[in-house]
Amino acid sequence: MPIPSPALAAGIQPAATAPHLLRNFCIIAHIDHGKSTLADRMLQLTGVVDSRAMRAQYLDRMDIERERGITIKSQAVRMPWGVTGDDGVESAYALNMIDTPGHVDFTYEVSRSLAACEGAVLLVDAAQGIEAQTLANLYLALENDLTIIPVLNKIDLPAAQPEKYAEELANLIGGDPEDCLRVSGKTGAGVVELLDRIVADIPAPTGDPTAPARAMIFDSVYDTYRGVVTYVRVVDGQLSPRERILMMSTRATHELLEIGVSAPEPTPTRGLGVGEVGYLITGVKDVRQSRVGDTVTNAHKPASDELGGYRDPKPMVFSGLYPIDGSDYPVLRDALDRLKLNDAALVYEPETSAALGFGFRCGFLGLLHLEIVRERLEREFTLDLISTAPNVVYDVTMEDGTEHVVTNPSEYPAGKIREVREPVVRATILTPNEFVGGIMELCQSRRGALQGMDYLSEDRVEMRYTLPLAEIVFDFFDQLKSKTRGYASLDYETTGDAPADLVKVDILLQGETVDAFSAIVHKDKAYSYGVMMAGKLKDLIPRQQFEVPIQAAVGSRIIARETVRAMRKDVLAKCYGGDISRKRKLLEKQKEGKKRMKTIGRVDVPQEAFIAALSSDAPTGKDAKDAKR
Amino acid sequence: MRLPDGEDAPSDGTLPSAVVQGAAERAFGVYLHVPFCAVRCGYCDFNTYTALELARPGEQLVGASQDTYAQAACAEIAFADAALRASGVPRRTVETVFVGGGTPTLLPAADLAAMLQAVRDTWGLTPDAEVTTEANPDSVTPDALRALARAGFTRISFGMQSAVPHVLATLDRTHDPERVPDAVRWAREAGLGVSVDLIYGTPGESLADWATSLAAAVALEPDHVSAYALTVEEGTALHRRVARGELPAPTDDDEAAKYELADAVLAGAGYDWYEISNWARTPADRCRHNVAYWRNQDWWGIGPGAHSHVGGTRWWNIKHPRAYAARIAAGVSPAAAREVLDGEARLLEDVLLGTRLVEGYPVSALSRQAVEGLVADGLAVRTDADRLVLTLRGRLLADTVVHRLT
Ligand SMILES: Nc1nc2c(ncn2[C@@H]2O[C@H](COP(=O)(O)OP(=O)(O)OP(=O)(O)O)[C@@H](O)[C@H]2O)c(=O)[nH]1
Ligand SMILES: C[S@@+](CC[C@H](N)C(=O)[O-])C[C@H]1O[C@@H](n2cnc3c(N)ncnc32)[C@H](O)[C@@H]1O
Ligand code: SF4
Ligand SMILES: [Mg+2]
Repeated sequence: MPIPSPALAAGIQPAATAPHLLRNFCIIAHIDHGKSTLADRMLQLTGVVDSRAMRAQYLDRMDIERERGITIKSQAVRMPWGVTGDDGVESAYALNMIDTPGHVDFTYEVSRSLAACEGAVLLVDAAQGIEAQTLANLYLALENDLTIIPVLNKIDLPAAQPEKYAEELANLIGGDPEDCLRVSGKTGAGVVELLDRIVADIPAPTGDPTAPARAMIFDSVYDTYRGVVTYVRVVDGQLSPRERILMMSTRATHELLEIGVSAPEPTPTRGLGVGEVGYLITGVKDVRQSRVGDTVTNAHKPASDELGGYRDPKPMVFSGLYPIDGSDYPVLRDALDRLKLNDAALVYEPETSAALGFGFRCGFLGLLHLEIVRERLEREFTLDLISTAPNVVYDVTMEDGTEHVVTNPSEYPAGKIREVREPVVRATILTPNEFVGGIMELCQSRRGALQGMDYLSEDRVEMRYTLPLAEIVFDFFDQLKSKTRGYASLDYETTGDAPADLVKVDILLQGETVDAFSAIVHKDKAYSYGVMMAGKLKDLIPRQQFEVPIQAAVGSRIIARETVRAMRKDVLAKCYGGDISRKRKLLEKQKEGKKRMKTIGRVDVPQEAFIAALSSDAPTGKDAKDAKR
Repeated sequence: MRLPDGEDAPSDGTLPSAVVQGAAERAFGVYLHVPFCAVRCGYCDFNTYTALELARPGEQLVGASQDTYAQAACAEIAFADAALRASGVPRRTVETVFVGGGTPTLLPAADLAAMLQAVRDTWGLTPDAEVTTEANPDSVTPDALRALARAGFTRISFGMQSAVPHVLATLDRTHDPERVPDAVRWAREAGLGVSVDLIYGTPGESLADWATSLAAAVALEPDHVSAYALTVEEGTALHRRVARGELPAPTDDDEAAKYELADAVLAGAGYDWYEISNWARTPADRCRHNVAYWRNQDWWGIGPGAHSHVGGTRWWNIKHPRAYAARIAAGVSPAAAREVLDGEARLLEDVLLGTRLVEGYPVSALSRQAVEGLVADGLAVRTDADRLVLTLRGRLLADTVVHRLT
């Protein structure tokens, strides 16, 4: 009897559930392997969402998640589940499930969720097999000592090969291929068995109910109506409404205005006990006062030791964001402040560009993160933005020993440079073996160094490379996709930095450097970047009254040159009675267009030119999804 | 030609009271549109129709076809007079009449004469009135030309376009270039002033081809020459052919070179530019009707799709001859929409029109800084009379000039 009777359910009320009746788990997988869809079935089978209210990927609530069909934020939900024991006695359990994102940019969301759990459902698409983020997330779960339940999903697909991939999974995590559950998030097949298995295999949380309260903050979200909502996992003791709590790292105290669980709507409770997962509301308005990784305790009876925290996610990719309409700068600032409330990974500071005016240098986890932030800013705050070409961060040491951290190419120091260091990643690529040669070629051209190669099964290979981050954040994934017909998957993590032979390429219009177009590139690629950018701009910059030379330069050395020839004619030849209104309207429209131009020196550059010149063929979440289809 | 967007125009044709202001000082002209052609040229988006396009057996609606068109036009003349008077605009004698098309000379000379007579009967014509008709070179006969002159026409503007057969073919022109000198001679013998229209920049036209056409035009010794850069108008056959890649699009560089050649050849032959696309042998040979457009004077446009302007209000008639005829028959204004210009729009028009003329624009009405910039960049000069006049380069970049001045 999956949905416990009211009598049994009484035993699993929040704050009154014995730890041995709790199971905390997350669903982890490679992107698109069906985590959110499986979560949907669990929500239905446990009765927390009825079929009328159900919609696909119920927990993907943000517009942008729904449009892109991907999960960006983890979501925790408490669900009841009844199990009949070997002795025929029925017991009710409270399950806490966390659906996690699959895209590599959001790995930090996964690692936070893992710390709230004792077990993980490792989901693998039975038509795709193990992929790069399957491994990455599995290793994360193992580092956290979680019990892993391997599950093959999408067994309803004609292309599913559960036998083959069960074998692969068993090779990977040990055990018998028969232990691998087979489910379909689409049809619901096998999901009841999976829930039973979760109860059977995943250890109950342990903790000291009598010790001073300690709860780990694993997420902190700003809500317009409720202020900051803090998600916690109670380790020891108990938290109750109206008590004063203490944030152990900041020493700030707050009154607990509300405490509750997500079911999946926020539901206030009488508190949270050992092993339980839920949310707190204290009335604070700034998530920085409720930092992810911090430990919550009772202010009057505080615990002595903090729980182990998290490392803050470190931005990997930087880009300048500028409002197209300069007067929107304050709006952009407020908007970033607002997004930051929910997105600890987003960092930004004001910067000025001669070409683009006032804006912000922003740091992101990856290009998908950049794209999503930008899209949310444009959509939720009705801003029109230009984003400069993304770059990584460089450490530059001068001959005289001074050091510079460069997050913006235009700040690259002039003068004698002793060394430039750039971030390096360890990349894991999983691929059918037929593509190994092509991938090696690609990685070689991106300055990669092969670290090792293993066969996961007869025809599937894991390749490990170190690569400069700058070489993979941009179009690497697209290239990988096209070289492997979409079959390879990629995961990476930063491992430090390494010296590299880098130069700054400047782009000059009529002899003036346009800061927004400067780029730091490997010496061997300076020429091709210069030629590409000068060529692009030549086509994008409209002809002016005078000739406009476009140059690419490394220092004072010109490496490429193009010219926008002077415009010789713009007049409409015929202007009789019927042409006048038309002509005036045309000029009025052009005038409007001119307002949207930036003047560099004497050269009018339309915004579109900046956007087009700066747009990169970056890999995105969408691409990642397409790669699978 | 697509009509602009505008506000609704009142059905009785009355105008906003502001148009009365200064009306007595403004010249008044009449444009008469004749929306018929024997065939449609591929580049042309004028409001014109072939007999085939209009054919409707048993049609009774007066004005919907060539035979009865003059009657409808005359009805609108009467309507115009009543509307102007109802709006309080003092009656002014007409100084210029321009009959354009389409191909006006597809109508019998008697019809054109009747339309001119209606203007004369309604408003009167000044003794030195300029009365022009457009004509295709192959649509005139000595008799018809004499009849027009007798009726009071003083000028004729021939659509010569080019003297080079392959260029004429690309333009879908049906006339034989060898016959143009005859048409011009007949017109002159009838006592009419003669102008020719040329088009440059046609796909496939070389600079030498253009020089040939210019030489042929000069050899005709007309009083006046108009030379237009070919505009690829949306919705035309030419536009489709260019879009499909069958013909190369004209380029600004080529058209600029041809404009410079035209200006040099025409000046060398004694024709001075007086508007960006117009050259005349003497100031007296300039087209006064068109100059009135550029000086923002008043005119009433009669006929389907015709545009009018009176004291800062512009309007335009519905395009289709049948719909037009129906409105006229019902005694309702044929205006499709109108535009009452605000101060800013009037200023922009004033500058964009005024700077096209050789008299230039009064410097006192312009920003000093902008004027100095234009002079420094060689786009304009400042005359002794303190007017800003475009240089050859400035004429080609007149849009830039207007942007810098407004
Ligand atoms: N046929 C079939 N399709 C499934 C199944 N489960 C999920 N899908 C489809 O797979 C796609 C991805 O499903 P999601 O549930 O959004 O995957 P996810 O793992 O949550 O994706 P991310 O959150 O972006 O990592 C969707 O189109 C689902 O409809 C299944 O069992 N069978
Ligand atoms: C109303 S049209 C025509 C008169 C007459 N139907 C004829 O074609 O001979 C007036 C002039 O406009 C010019 N013209 C028409 N369409 C044009 C275009 N698309 N580009 C440039 N000039 C054009 C031609 O020179 C033409 O002679
Ligand atoms: S004859 Fe003149 S008006 Fe008629 S279609 Fe040709 S260019 Fe246009
Ligand atoms: Mg998901």
